Amino acid sequence: MTYIAKPKMHHPTLQTNKVGYTRRDYEGRISTLCAGCGHDSISAAVIQACWELDIEPHRVAKLSGIGCSSKTTDYFLGASHGFNTVHGRMPSVLTGANLANRELLYLGVSGDGDSASIGLGQFANAMRRGVRMAYIVENNGVYGLTKGQFSATADRGAKNKKGAINNDNPIDLVGIALQLGATYVARSFSGDKAQLIPLIKGAMSHGGAAVIDVISPCVTFNNHGGSTKSYDYIRQHNEAVSRIDFISPSSEITTEYAPGAVVDVPQHDGSILRLRKLHADYDPTDRDAAMSYMHARAARGEVVTGLLYLDPLATDLHTSLNTCEQPLNTMGAQLLCPGSEALNKINDALR
Amino acid sequence: MKRIAAINDFVIKFANVNGSGSASANELFAKAVMRMGVPVSPRNIFPSNIQGMPTWYEARVCEKGYHGRRGGVDMMVAMNPQTWDTDIAEISPGGYLLYDSTRPQPASRFRDDVLTIGVPLTDIANAAYTDPRQRQLFKNIIYVGALSVLLDVDVAVFDTLFAEQYKGKGKERLLEANVQALHLGRDYVKQHLQAPLDIRVQRADNVGDQIFTDGNSAAALGLVYGGATVAAWYPITPSTSIPEMFAKYCEKFRVDPDTGQNRFAIVQAEDELASIGMVVGAGWNGARAFTATSGPGISLMTEFIGLAYFAEIPVTIVNVQRGGPSTGMPTKTQQSDLLACAYASHGDTKHVLLFPQDPHECFTHSAAALDLAERLQTPIFVMTDLDIGMNQRLCKPFVWDDNKEYDRGKVMSAEELEAGTPFGRYKDVDGDGIPWRTLPGTHPTKGAFFSRGTSRNPQAMYSEAGPDYIYNMERLLRKFKTAESMVPQPIFRQATAPTKLGVIYYGSTTPAMREALDVLERNGDHLDAMRLCAFPFPDSVRKFIAEHDKLFVVEQNRDAQMRSMLINELEIDPAKLVRVLHYDGTPITARFIISTIHDCVHKEVA
Ligand SMILES: Cc1ncc(C[n+]2csc(CCOP(=O)(O)OP(=O)(O)O)c2C)c(N)n1
Ligand code: SF4
Ligand SMILES: [Mg+2]
Repeated sequence: MTYIAKPKMHHPTLQTNKVGYTRRDYEGRISTLCAGCGHDSISAAVIQACWELDIEPHRVAKLSGIGCSSKTTDYFLGASHGFNTVHGRMPSVLTGANLANRELLYLGVSGDGDSASIGLGQFANAMRRGVRMAYIVENNGVYGLTKGQFSATADRGAKNKKGAINNDNPIDLVGIALQLGATYVARSFSGDKAQLIPLIKGAMSHGGAAVIDVISPCVTFNNHGGSTKSYDYIRQHNEAVSRIDFISPSSEITTEYAPGAVVDVPQHDGSILRLRKLHADYDPTDRDAAMSYMHARAARGEVVTGLLYLDPLATDLHTSLNTCEQPLNTMGAQLLCPGSEALNKINDALR
Repeated sequence: MKRIAAINDFVIKFANVNGSGSASANELFAKAVMRMGVPVSPRNIFPSNIQGMPTWYEARVCEKGYHGRRGGVDMMVAMNPQTWDTDIAEISPGGYLLYDSTRPQPASRFRDDVLTIGVPLTDIANAAYTDPRQRQLFKNIIYVGALSVLLDVDVAVFDTLFAEQYKGKGKERLLEANVQALHLGRDYVKQHLQAPLDIRVQRADNVGDQIFTDGNSAAALGLVYGGATVAAWYPITPSTSIPEMFAKYCEKFRVDPDTGQNRFAIVQAEDELASIGMVVGAGWNGARAFTATSGPGISLMTEFIGLAYFAEIPVTIVNVQRGGPSTGMPTKTQQSDLLACAYASHGDTKHVLLFPQDPHECFTHSAAALDLAERLQTPIFVMTDLDIGMNQRLCKPFVWDDNKEYDRGKVMSAEELEAGTPFGRYKDVDGDGIPWRTLPGTHPTKGAFFSRGTSRNPQAMYSEAGPDYIYNMERLLRKFKTAESMVPQPIFRQATAPTKLGVIYYGSTTPAMREALDVLERNGDHLDAMRLCAFPFPDSVRKFIAEHDKLFVVEQNRDAQMRSMLINELEIDPAKLVRVLHYDGTPITARFIISTIHDCVHKEVA
């Protein structure tokens, strides 16, 4: 993985990167998400990461499922082909696309409902196969698009906007990815760009299945007290909060913290989103250690973020399938068709 | 009791135990008869089990080359004690029974009206072999040997067949062993029994250059020739051998000789949702991709099929139909997924279906499906069934034109984009309803678009505006209309006398129908016939129906699905279309068609 020097950020829109593009060239259509939605911060981080990575936008294929999160592929990399597929099935479509042309970079965007509820099977199997991709889960613990029902990542005991308590145990996508052999596993927070951008860059440059579970608060349906996927927001002073479908204009929270520190983002009711940077001595290349570390911290109610596991020598599905270097979608009859002579031999053998 | 006497026209059925090695012996028998120039059409009848369960191999020997199931059994080779009673009962009066007479059986277990032929197969095998596995395997060859004398099959054809199979392949020992076993059976019959029987094989010349293969292997080969590079699948009877054979052919033909790397990618997915998803992803990205499945898989795939229809992604699906609904009859045949496929997925959809009649057409239609999928940017279904897919059938040899390039359809290149060719992903610029597409990664600044299952404007931008939605839906209809002339056209057969009666059929019903038409014709029941080869229906279908007063629609499902489609699509008066339905899971027979149509025609007249 090669990081290039971070350019000065004074006038990011004017500056071109090594492949001659400005930051604006990585933008997409205007977002239609709720103002303040964590997902928009992730889109911004993707834009920044790709620009910094000097990726030509058209060399990226962006795929997603269905949900507010999955819509975001329209809001960045407008010069890339995008595919908003069906709910929970982005991994299979991305797998097929990747098989067709191994030369592009594949960015998968999904939600917690998309990946942990309806699409858990596809999420798990794409990890098993080691499909080369950067897979971002924009995790808000609810189904944003269908108005706030709990998703499978909602923590046990979490309260929804109407006050109902979630009694089901949460699915931890990071834990599953680790167990099933993903080779780049990270968790981050949409409000922490300083952490997220490098993580996305790492994932985009990774040689196998890279997954980032990004906690991305839903300001409309899961940002209240009692939620475990909310950020503290000044909106507790805003009248609009008590009104269900009204969303006030607001800016994102940006949390900055030093490595190793626990960061508490207090909620209006006093509950806490606790973020812990990895310890400086944490070894992210030890899968087993990563898993037990995660377990221990989760038991304490902490959400561990950062790069959790990395196999720098990762290989991918093409390696296991022994596919040729030339993309399959460029091959014509000359390379693919055995021809009439071979067919005559087959005929002879069938007489 | 009059004994059945027939030369080159009889049905012989082998009752075996699954996993006993009988399959290759039975195939050997069928091939030997064909080497005598006499067509044979065998059918495997098997339950959804792996070992120890009964299986049957029903071979129709028919000099006239009728490959449909005939019905009735003239000779039974009863090798399975478990199914003895039903097997014996199934023999036609005056028929023949060959059985293993090693252990004496009470007379009550036989029938007076059946000629019983006992050969002590186990004794012969046990005397000749010590290894239990060999005893079992060669017992099968011994009964083939016995049959060859009883039915007068020339021993020379076996010598050739064995030589082709084993000679020069380091399998000389097997060659000798097989020859020996065959002769053990032959010698016993020659010494102890009267042969040949009154049913027998006589040299003819009705096989010609035809090949003998199954529809699934043929479809797999067609997909290799047609340029499929990505295959994703989930095992399900009766489709499983398609991806398996595809893999086998790819290993043979698609490995780069210099690097040893594959020009194909096959993924056994976690379910059918994932397999169709992968095919959609690969098709979107410009690779030719397919999946093969059967009814339950189609049910799971339908959401994705709707996406591929609406987002216009090339997809090829081979549906080897089996008995439904639900798990239904997994090892029995039906044509009961027509409606599920033609209108798969929610909302207004229509899909292209191809109906191959035999392995030859499984090859051509599967290759054609890949072209059509890219030309039309839509899912294409190859609708075979268990009867065609899993049984070997004599058919025309495969042909391929080496000058043929694949039809990649309307894919705009970087050069065209660079030259300023206007691009609107869902715009009908050519009037045929088929828009242009670009592949991901084509051009740095031009031609990128966003694919989605939501409504969009011609520029592929999200839009729920009524006019945008209507434009798109109408264009999709126009595209479906365009497909009419691109799909395989119906095949007509005119009666020898003018008639206002017609018959419509498709797919695996074809061989039984051909025979039925010949017989009906001879009996003076004249019918013009139309074999449907695809959906959508071109104008010639409407015309044929209009030219007749009454038409029989012959199909293998309960609900007359093709009839419904004709009524629905062409607004035909339902009273005109008479249902002829056979759906018990066994392949339709000419006898059934003849009697049903005959009864109906003469009831009308009376
Ligand atoms: C098969 C199917 N079932 C249900 C839906 C309705 N639906 C759309 S988005 C969604 C949930 C999305 O949740 P998530 O993935 O967490 O995305 P978010 O909106 O929270 O970002 C649901 C249930 C659908 N589109 N498809
Ligand atoms: S509903 Fe929630 S997830 Fe959806 S856009 Fe609004 S804030 Fe974001
Ligand atoms: Mg969500």
